[in-house]
Amino acid sequence: MNYNVAQKHIIHQRPGKTPNPMRLPELDAILADINRIILGKDRPIRLSLACLLARGHLLIEDLPGVGKTTLAHVLARVLGLDFQRIQFTSDMLPADIIGVSIFDRESGAFHFHPGPIFTQVVLADEINRATPKAQSALLEAMEERQVTAEGKTRALPEPFFVIATQNPTYQIGTFPLPESQLDRFLLKIELGYPDPAAERELLAGADRRQLVADLVPRITPQRLIELQNTVRAVHASPALIDYVQTLAAYTRAAPRWQEGLSPRACLALLAVARAWALLDGRDHVLPEDVQAVLQGVIAHRLRPTDDDARSHAEAVAAALIEAVPLP
Amino acid sequence: MARTNRPVSRRQAWWLLATALAASLPLAPQVPLWLSLAAGAVFSWRAALTWRQWHLPPRWLLVLLVIAGTVGVFLQYRTTMGRTPGIALLVVFLSLKLLELRAARDAVATALLCYFLVLGQFLFTQTIPTALLACLTVLITTATLLAASDDRPQPLLQLRRAGLMLAQALPFMLLLFLLFPRVQGPLWGIPQDRISAVSGLSDTMSPGSIALLSQSDAIAFRVQFKGTVPPQSELYWRGPVMPSFDGRSWRVRQTLGAYTEVPYSGIGAAVDYEVTLEPHGKFWLFALELPATLPADSALTSDYQPIARQAVRNRMRYAQRAWPEAIAGINEASSILREALALPRDGNPRMRAIAAGWRAQHGDDGAAILATAETFFGQQLLIYTLNPPLLGADIVDEFLFDTKRGFCEHFAAAFVFALRAAGVPARVVAGYQGGEVNPVDGYLVVRQYDAHAWAEAWIAGRGWVRIDPTAISAPSRINSNLASAVPTEEGLPFLARSDLAWLREVRYRLDAVTNGWNQWVLGYNPQRQRDLLAGLGMNEPDWRSMTAVLSVLCGGVMLGLTVWILRNRLRVDPALAAWRRFTARLARRGIVWQPWEGPLAFAERAAGQAPRHAKSIVEIATLYARMRYGPAPQAGDLLQLKQKIAAFHP
Repeated sequence: MNYNVAQKHIIHQRPGKTPNPMRLPELDAILADINRIILGKDRPIRLSLACLLARGHLLIEDLPGVGKTTLAHVLARVLGLDFQRIQFTSDMLPADIIGVSIFDRESGAFHFHPGPIFTQVVLADEINRATPKAQSALLEAMEERQVTAEGKTRALPEPFFVIATQNPTYQIGTFPLPESQLDRFLLKIELGYPDPAAERELLAGADRRQLVADLVPRITPQRLIELQNTVRAVHASPALIDYVQTLAAYTRAAPRWQEGLSPRACLALLAVARAWALLDGRDHVLPEDVQAVLQGVIAHRLRPTDDDARSHAEAVAAALIEAVPLP
Repeated sequence: MARTNRPVSRRQAWWLLATALAASLPLAPQVPLWLSLAAGAVFSWRAALTWRQWHLPPRWLLVLLVIAGTVGVFLQYRTTMGRTPGIALLVVFLSLKLLELRAARDAVATALLCYFLVLGQFLFTQTIPTALLACLTVLITTATLLAASDDRPQPLLQLRRAGLMLAQALPFMLLLFLLFPRVQGPLWGIPQDRISAVSGLSDTMSPGSIALLSQSDAIAFRVQFKGTVPPQSELYWRGPVMPSFDGRSWRVRQTLGAYTEVPYSGIGAAVDYEVTLEPHGKFWLFALELPATLPADSALTSDYQPIARQAVRNRMRYAQRAWPEAIAGINEASSILREALALPRDGNPRMRAIAAGWRAQHGDDGAAILATAETFFGQQLLIYTLNPPLLGADIVDEFLFDTKRGFCEHFAAAFVFALRAAGVPARVVAGYQGGEVNPVDGYLVVRQYDAHAWAEAWIAGRGWVRIDPTAISAPSRINSNLASAVPTEEGLPFLARSDLAWLREVRYRLDAVTNGWNQWVLGYNPQRQRDLLAGLGMNEPDWRSMTAVLSVLCGGVMLGLTVWILRNRLRVDPALAAWRRFTARLARRGIVWQPWEGPLAFAERAAGQAPRHAKSIVEIATLYARMRYGPAPQAGDLLQLKQKIAAFHP
């Protein structure tokens, strides 16, 4: 595993190089399956899985056609989860997400027809094209993990994982998500174009749809919940918590950002870093884990005061890492 | 650091407004009223601009306002130089600068101007409240300066940061204050515009002039006795001697110092003491009768009053010795004796007639006439009061025979008149009588209401003899204090009253604190500094050795502060200490650990750069990472880590 954060914190997975007794083979198998279909995107894939293991939701901001849908689909498939896709549009209503009660003439009563959100993996596509009303229906469901319709509260399935995509906010016809709602996403990642070698393999290789259809689940949903619980038990030493605090304190004091990291953001950072450590087969978090996931955690939480830096989330995260010594 | 062209935020504007207000408000009594009002108007204007987020006024308007303000100050004082005009100009500039807060550099300039104005307060007063207020203003200004570079923290947090910075600066301030070579003269050595409204004795005495002083509880001087404090009735603090009389007022003779050392020799025990004299604008130095030594730069008048070479415009401290029983003027010059007999040609016929009778009875026997006069005064049943009735042309006659009510100047004037009329040389001596020992610090405090006047008669063979006619009628004035001598507590200053015990206690304590401040902070002069350094074992240090001591001590404080700040780092985890040794070894090979770099990331990079040692580097880093970040280190881990690092020689 390459921990070299100085080189822009791209951490490539090289399985088996440093055999670790804690390593969980099923996680390696899951990552290998996804990497076989989505080529050259090792880091975003790992982050997505870490996000899922940390019981968080994922926001992907990218151009259409770089594989967001495929990623969601593959994740659901290898983890043995149900999958639904919701395409957000500007005329969408909350009922289109949550579901609606329809009067059944035969029984003389209303019957609730659950919406597409009643599934384990939801792909909320182009979330910022919907009106705030529709957005908030989804975001409330994400936060509460339950849905209230017609006065009745219905629990959403477990595990429940939302992958939302949004177009870059500079595109027209978008309703940008407010900060408080962005905060409900544990991570924000970008997929980006594949590198030429990966793209060539994609173009020359087999049909992706077929590959997805051929995938078999590696674990059961029950096992996934167990793994999520294991993530919570990954040890974060006092020295590491000091580091998280120092990072947060730095963001609060530095004039580069309008506001610093909130305590909730620190919790998010720690949660993803735990999942990242587990993916690496460790029972404890290292500063490297924190640094590896930092960009995804801060990208949608810290607003730079300087407009120039807004588009370079990677450079911002690198600068933050290099400014804060390990305690 | 903030870039200087960053615009000033709303919160920064509020900070600056508060600072400017804090810095200029204490100066309001010093500058003219129109300027205070104008500055207040500008502050309000600025507050409205910030509140409503309106645009700043255009530059041409500011230029006009600056010109108007400067012209206004010039018209007020006819100059722009000097203390008060200078401060007034600074207030003009500060308030107008607030209307020009465009970029961060304006904010910094405003804050620096505020620091300067804080200093300006000290040009007017140097009391403890001034100093406390100045500390507060410096704190606010420093917080504002911090806010100029980063205004996001809450105001309280900002103040805390500023307070911490100032606290760290405090030891340096103390060291510099104590050890930086002092210059002679007061700390605030700007010549005062004029001594005005300083209460104290004047060089003339007419009925009512000293009674006026009894309304003031301002401190005249403080005295520290080397031994025990002499009894109250012997504490006669000699001030201006007034030999010439024009029928209503007594005046001092306009002469300069006649003696550079005392022209008489001492008899009996001497009293040693040190006086801290408050500025009073005159040349007089007050001394216990009769002075045996003269302070530096002073002389003794032919009336045995010590006077300074320059008017006392700053608080002054001098050591003194007194011979209470000294005999002075046995061979007094005839001109002085002639002057001590002079009377206006007419007036006060009744007293003149009685005195002529004494003269006829006793002839040239001054002592007998003196005794007769004392008896006569005792028989008149005079009443000592703060509110004597007004007197007409013949002040002596009217006081002695009609109103019979007077204050000490009436007594002294009438007595001296009587003696002169009987042919005995006599003169009025003004000064202070008594004082009050502050039980907190043991200083004797003499206040303006202790001002007094008494008489001095020249008797052949005995020289000048002090007689206090007030003591004949109101002995308690001399034996205890003013309050006990005045019939009902008529019109006494609040602090002179004896019935408020708690108030007196508070006053004693406050006064002891003020005195300590005067003695040790404001009065910290080259002499005090030499004494202090001598106490530290440095005798007669020159500027080189003082600079050396100063540098060493400042370095020491800096080191202490550094240690204090690094304390957390010094109390390191042993695994971290071992890791630092390890990275130091690699650094010598040119493989430098970045302080933000995680152990495994560093190990991977280092292993790449030094492939021969890759195995041990990765082993050490893995062990360290597990110890520092893992759940519970195992017993032998630390030893193993230390051994591996000890064996590691890249």
